[in-house]
Amino acid sequence: MPSLDATLLLIAAWLAIGLAGMLAPRSLRLASRVLFPGGAVAGLALAAVALQAIFGSPASRVLPLGLPDLPFHARIDALSAFFLLLLGAVAAGISTFACGYLRAGEGQPPGLQCLCYHAFLASMAAVLVADDAYFFMVAWETMALSSFFLVTSDHRHAEIRRAGYLYLLIAHLGAISILLCFGALQAGTGDYTFDAMRRIEQPAGWATVAFLLALAGFGAKAGVVPLHVWLPEAHPAAPSPVSALMSAVMLKTAVYGMLRVTLDLIGLPLWWWGVIALAAGLVSALFGIVFAAVQTDMKRLLAYSSIENIGLIMSGFGLTLLFRGFSMGTLAALALTATLYHCLNHAFFKSLLFLSAGSVLHATRERSLDRLGGLIQRMPWVAWCALVGTVAIAGLPPLNGFVSEWLLLQAFLFTPGLPHAYMNMLVPIAAAAIALAAALSGYVMVKFYGVIFLGQPREARLSETHDAGPWERTGLLWLAAGCVALGLAPVTVISLLDPITRSATGYGIGSHAGSWLFLAPIEPQRASYSPLLFFVVATLLVVVTWLSVRVFYHGRVRRSGPWDCGFPHLDARMQDTAEGFGQPVRHIFEPFFRVTLETPSPLDSRPRYRDLVEDRLWYWLYLPVARAVERVTVLVTVLQRGRISVYLMYSFATLLLLLLFVR
Amino acid sequence: MSAAGIAAQFAELALAVLLAPLLTGWVNQCRAWLQNKSAPGILQPYRVLAKLFQKEVILAHNASPLFRSAPYLIFGSLALSAAIVPTLGTDLPLNEAADAIALVGLLALARLFIALAAMDVGTAFGTLGARREMMVGFLAEPALLMVFFTASLISHSTSLSTIVAAIAHRELVIYPSMAFAGVAFVMVSLAENARIPIDNPATHLELTMIHEAMVLEYSGRHLALIEWAASLKLFVHMCIGLALFFPFGIAGGGDWLGLVLALPALAAKLAVGGAALALIEMLSAKMRIFRAPEFLGTAFLLAVLAMLVHVMLEG
Amino acid sequence: MLQHFGPQVINLLAAVLLLLAFAMLSQRRILSLINLFAAQGFVLFLSTALVAALTDQKHLYVSAAVTLVLKVTLLPWILHRLIRRLNVKWDVETLINIPTTMLVGILLVILAFNLAAPISQLAGTVTRSTLGIALASMLLSFMMMITRSKAVPQVIGFLSMENGLFFAATAAVYGMPMVVELGVALDVLVAALILGIFIFEIRERFDTLDTRHLEKLKEH
Repeated sequence: MPSLDATLLLIAAWLAIGLAGMLAPRSLRLASRVLFPGGAVAGLALAAVALQAIFGSPASRVLPLGLPDLPFHARIDALSAFFLLLLGAVAAGISTFACGYLRAGEGQPPGLQCLCYHAFLASMAAVLVADDAYFFMVAWETMALSSFFLVTSDHRHAEIRRAGYLYLLIAHLGAISILLCFGALQAGTGDYTFDAMRRIEQPAGWATVAFLLALAGFGAKAGVVPLHVWLPEAHPAAPSPVSALMSAVMLKTAVYGMLRVTLDLIGLPLWWWGVIALAAGLVSALFGIVFAAVQTDMKRLLAYSSIENIGLIMSGFGLTLLFRGFSMGTLAALALTATLYHCLNHAFFKSLLFLSAGSVLHATRERSLDRLGGLIQRMPWVAWCALVGTVAIAGLPPLNGFVSEWLLLQAFLFTPGLPHAYMNMLVPIAAAAIALAAALSGYVMVKFYGVIFLGQPREARLSETHDAGPWERTGLLWLAAGCVALGLAPVTVISLLDPITRSATGYGIGSHAGSWLFLAPIEPQRASYSPLLFFVVATLLVVVTWLSVRVFYHGRVRRSGPWDCGFPHLDARMQDTAEGFGQPVRHIFEPFFRVTLETPSPLDSRPRYRDLVEDRLWYWLYLPVARAVERVTVLVTVLQRGRISVYLMYSFATLLLLLLFVR
Repeated sequence: MSAAGIAAQFAELALAVLLAPLLTGWVNQCRAWLQNKSAPGILQPYRVLAKLFQKEVILAHNASPLFRSAPYLIFGSLALSAAIVPTLGTDLPLNEAADAIALVGLLALARLFIALAAMDVGTAFGTLGARREMMVGFLAEPALLMVFFTASLISHSTSLSTIVAAIAHRELVIYPSMAFAGVAFVMVSLAENARIPIDNPATHLELTMIHEAMVLEYSGRHLALIEWAASLKLFVHMCIGLALFFPFGIAGGGDWLGLVLALPALAAKLAVGGAALALIEMLSAKMRIFRAPEFLGTAFLLAVLAMLVHVMLEG
Repeated sequence: MLQHFGPQVINLLAAVLLLLAFAMLSQRRILSLINLFAAQGFVLFLSTALVAALTDQKHLYVSAAVTLVLKVTLLPWILHRLIRRLNVKWDVETLINIPTTMLVGILLVILAFNLAAPISQLAGTVTRSTLGIALASMLLSFMMMITRSKAVPQVIGFLSMENGLFFAATAAVYGMPMVVELGVALDVLVAALILGIFIFEIRERFDTLDTRHLEKLKEH
């Protein structure tokens, strides 16, 4: 079967699975033992189909759906196949996890959740295969709505409703912007198929307008600063598998949209677009990670870390545009490879971490880092899987986060060849910002892992928690294995990316990325990295050390209490809190935050300490806009009279006006 | 890859692991001399290690497997990093496996594990030390990376061998950017190795310490490995400094005679470097911990400036 | 040998000059500030002497000697005396924190270098790229004057601004006419003296050296 047909069939299968959930909406058994496993299998199948499609030639077809004279067009090429692969592979893990995660009596009935969840999956896949603006927008909106319902599945809490509202609002602002972008791209021809848009040679002015609209529209979905505010609200509000899907895949569909519009539909970008994207990316990366460092809610921390990762991806994207604009093909291919690689990596490690957080949440009913601790003792499976995610997201060798960071930094190191003096000097600073963000993510992840899994339980009831069940373990292991595989076999992965970079930039680095063992994107003298060899030697050294210590010395161990410095009343509450761990960052990056600090005076009988770290942008950007909108609406309410005849008169006047105008 | 290269690789690794405590001993010796104290002898670190290996391990009740495996992981990572840095010859088999960025990543990996291990038992000291170590780390790591980037802009490569070969084995050219990078590198190394302006390796005073606070729960062979790893780290940093700024004497590819001659050259350079470190420590005063970000921020920006100076003057 | 390494050493000295400018920007202690200023003078002396040897211009030797006398010994000595008399040795407060200042400094360097690029195209010398560095160190000294609130660091900033100018004149374009150089040197000396008197006057009036108190002079 051609891969496009297979993909469409699998999308239909996901929809069918979702609808099947409505057969018995209250049945937990049906959803968690039949439907979600089915969804996971469909995800795996999709990944397999997409893997083949990457190397196939682009295929397209017209679907018998949509409006008369306005049918849906679908197309699969290397770019969409790559993102479908990402979606399928990650969704398989998340769905497996979700089988064990669904519980009776939580949020919406399981059947309804199953419907929204699978509609969400199907719409994301549909976004990736859409080949005209109409189908794209329909899929895009379905994706936004289904995820909105998933976010608000626990809608009894006011803050979750608020988060959902904010999410919906910004999603729609973004959608309007994307719609306008397609309007600019069709250039007055009235033909909204992507094929037509590809053929049109845009004048620079309109192309710029389209690019900026796309950046704003897709940036709002991806959570690029300053359109990020919904992200740290919506991700924690959603159930964990949904947070994982949103962070891992939905943000990537926005990246896909950006790549599709700029590199495919517009064609040849101008170099300074790259500067804008690079700047937005760097700001997001630093902003996200600095805010992640001061969070005390584990899912919020991960959400802010997603902003950082999207920032890194955007920086890579900006660099791609920059090189492409200056017609430096190989380098553009290198930067694009780094960008796509990071998309894949982020999908794996972020979903792994969100799911681990979900397991912790389920076992302890606690999201606040300040009430967790010591869970490695009670939940070893989750803890060790999360450790893999932690090392990966911190960008450390030999796991996958390091590979994409390495590629990105290599791309930066080539910039001094740019034919532009200012750029030559500003780009090293950008590289420094990337390095800083990467190093900060190490800080944040030590905080995340250390406070949740290490130390002593901060609450007594934590010592009665249970480890994740077999379904959840399987999901976590699948994603952790993905992190390891992506880290150890970069050359294989890069050869997957080769067809994309070839079609987008005309060059591919896969062919000379080195032998199967050594990753050498340009040439071996310049830079090479072999994670497998690295891993083997490191393991060897560790094992040799361990063995020689074992052979030469006795292995006596005595257990005792921790060293208390002579103070016998140490207890778990005396450990550093999450807030304390973030304190240096709060101190160093003080201008970023709006801090409200309430410290007790020495005379308080019931001392209370409270501090609130908020986003300044909320106060500088969003509230003024909200107030202005409110003022305008007050003016508009003059029209509201409450009498039917007046309203009819409005309609009548509008009709007359239109008739006059159209004449 | 040649026979000489493989020999150099093993020699380097063995040398680093065996001689690292000696370097620590030498620095302590110089420090004692400068402070007019009688020194404990240059072999003291070996005696300490031997003693610690003999002792029994005392583990806290709630220490997890991560706590027990961390010393081996840390030691292994630092030994690997010692093998990557060219000290004797540039023709190293491992060189293609890991470049400068991977080296920085490897050092960061060791840091991550020591910080996690410090948080494992859950005492106030451990977490405090971990937090401070990560604070130093997130500023020092990008600064170190920028120092490497300056060198790789000069040599058009991130491979450490190529960098060393470009600086040592070509016609002598003065690189002004390396002056900036050098200052930044010294600042970073002081901070990374818990030396004086940031941390004091000689005290156990609670309010100032970083490294000692993290390893407070370790004892016996675990502590020995951690201490050994710490001196390896110093050794690695010293060798990075020598490789980037004074690479003269490091043998080229497949040169047996060069390898043999590189050994005394390395010893001499390390001796001078260790004495210089002791001198710097003597001349500076321990900073308040809140000054540390400023110190490291300055190092970071100097390293960025080094890249700029390269673009401006040497481009 | 000299012709081969000369320009490279001048480039190196330019970098050291910039490094010193940044060190001054990030230095809190007045005493170290004066020492850095003297070091900057010494770098100038070296570069001027080197340019003199490279281009064989006799009068540049004279400028080098003037630099050595004036900037490495006399002015630092005056400044040392000044702070001894005023008894100010405490740490200098900065108005903006130091990493931020340095970040702005880096942007200034980029700006200066790109602004100087068209001018340095005109200069025919090998070391013309040092012009950007000279301009940058001038701007950095200027910024140091802005970010410090005490009078003595501001004076040092002023004097080191002149160092940048002088470096531009010698290293980048291989020297100005003798008359101009002597005139500038004299100006600096006079400026130092006047500023010294000015500082005493500030302390007399306000009993402090914090120039923020000059705000009181504003009419309300």
